[in-house]
Amino acid sequence: MQTFQYSKADTVEKALAGAATGRFIAGGTTLVDLMKLDVEQPKELVDINPLPLATIEKLQDGGLRVGAMVCNSDLAWNADVKSFYPVLSQALLSGASPQLRNMATTGGNLMQRTRCVYFREPTAGTPGGYGCNKRAPGTGCAAMDGYNRMHAILGVSDQCIATHPSDMCVAMAALEAVIHVEGPKGKRTIAFADFHKLPGDTPHIENALEPGELITHVDLPKLPEGARSAYLKLRDRASYEFALASAAVIAKVEGGQIRFIRVAMGGVGTKPWRSHEAEAALDGKEANDANCRAAAAAALAGAKTLPGNAFKVELARRCVVRALKIVTA
Amino acid sequence: MPDSPIARWRQLRAQSVLLPTSEELALDQQAVDLEPLTPEPLEAAGGRFSRRSFLSGLGATSLMASAAPLVVAAAPALASTVASESDDAASGASVTLRVNGKEHTLRGIDPRATLLDTLRERIHLTGTKKGCDHGQCGACTVHVNGRRVNSCLSFAVMHEGDEITTIEGIGQPDNLHAMQAAFVEHDGYQCGYCTSGQIMSAVALLQEPIGSTDDDVMQAMSGNICRCGAYGNILVAVKQVRARA
Repeated sequence: MQTFQYSKADTVEKALAGAATGRFIAGGTTLVDLMKLDVEQPKELVDINPLPLATIEKLQDGGLRVGAMVCNSDLAWNADVKSFYPVLSQALLSGASPQLRNMATTGGNLMQRTRCVYFREPTAGTPGGYGCNKRAPGTGCAAMDGYNRMHAILGVSDQCIATHPSDMCVAMAALEAVIHVEGPKGKRTIAFADFHKLPGDTPHIENALEPGELITHVDLPKLPEGARSAYLKLRDRASYEFALASAAVIAKVEGGQIRFIRVAMGGVGTKPWRSHEAEAALDGKEANDANCRAAAAAALAGAKTLPGNAFKVELARRCVVRALKIVTA
Repeated sequence: MPDSPIARWRQLRAQSVLLPTSEELALDQQAVDLEPLTPEPLEAAGGRFSRRSFLSGLGATSLMASAAPLVVAAAPALASTVASESDDAASGASVTLRVNGKEHTLRGIDPRATLLDTLRERIHLTGTKKGCDHGQCGACTVHVNGRRVNSCLSFAVMHEGDEITTIEGIGQPDNLHAMQAAFVEHDGYQCGYCTSGQIMSAVALLQEPIGSTDDDVMQAMSGNICRCGAYGNILVAVKQVRARA
């Protein structure tokens, strides 16, 4: 591990001052791991654990404001989250392990980096190492003709097929969460759909944060009365494993017809994957088997597969269908 | 290879702390030692080797035998071990960790030192184990402010003021925690390497809002891997303590 200068920030102002040259560290579950692998080599770390951003508050309009430093287990077990956003609680509890959830924060989870085995290789993107356009643009992608069973089938480019690993983010994509940031130019908000970037020709740019910006909190909009939600995650083991395919679904059924529908997928996309196609196929329709299958097919219509991950198309379809049936039953 | 013995040997300590980061460190400045694996003098240990000092010495010997160039880097590091605390005092960088109710002021701590390595190598609480060193196995589980965490994924300097509890603070040989006693009673281990992490998780889950079924317990224990496969007995031990709590 490369050495670094370390400082602590107990106010947002101090954190922003330190961010001019440094990187933020919160739970550390991604950053420390990647520093040990030499994937991340920050020269300066600003410890933001003392920031007063670990609270969950109700908003006037009925939504919820989640501080960036709220840890994953606190968010998952929060009474309001369990009552009003079960999809988020379930997604969080399906991710990582209890120890990691006690460390990992809301802001940090938004910044979680891919588990692509080539990306995580210490020498990837260097001469003699595996090609990785995310590590070093222009060095190629070893996953394309390598081991790509875990890789993405939606939102891929010819530069990168790395899967976005987060479960929390899939639920937040379905919830249309709003990310609040503060930086050298002041405060601003970022719609969840705009936060994570598709790889395109710039897979090393993963999100919309400007240099020096700090995530301060995430707002969860109020869902319609009577909406139900669920997160279904399919993986190689029953616990402590990343998704092969997952689905976050929110639906409200009235008089046999779907009046409100949100569908997002994990484990299959290069970013948390909201499927407007699936939603369009269900809105105003009857919540029956045929319509659920048609929606799932629409969600995967744009999939681009490689030999190792072609199975994910059918797996993700069935995952979406099952999740839709759970919330519309 | 970040996990090679060489990398571990070189991982810690102080010289770099006050150097400006803009300057590239010379190789011998980076190659700092894993401080106090203090060799116990034979006479001090009553003429006997402790298991730990014997294994440490064995490791150093075999490294020297197998990797000749390393001797150059390792030998000065070994020689400087005795003087390191006073050298470090001059550097001024320090952190005070509160572990099992006792404060430890550590001078000259390298910012790269994980909580795990610091507990083991500086405070000599070796009950906490290093498994994968990447947050995947749970062997390093300790409690920070009453919650279980992976001590390998956290830097020691981040824990000033935190209340840290290790397996040594949970119970002692003559005063076992109920969970430790239950693991003994039900054979919740084979080789024992993962056991302290398993017990730290099991003790923590008693305070967590999890359900009452076997599945709930297994989910809650899923962050601790047991390569021997003692899961069945671990489950029985945890259930027994939960039922009596």
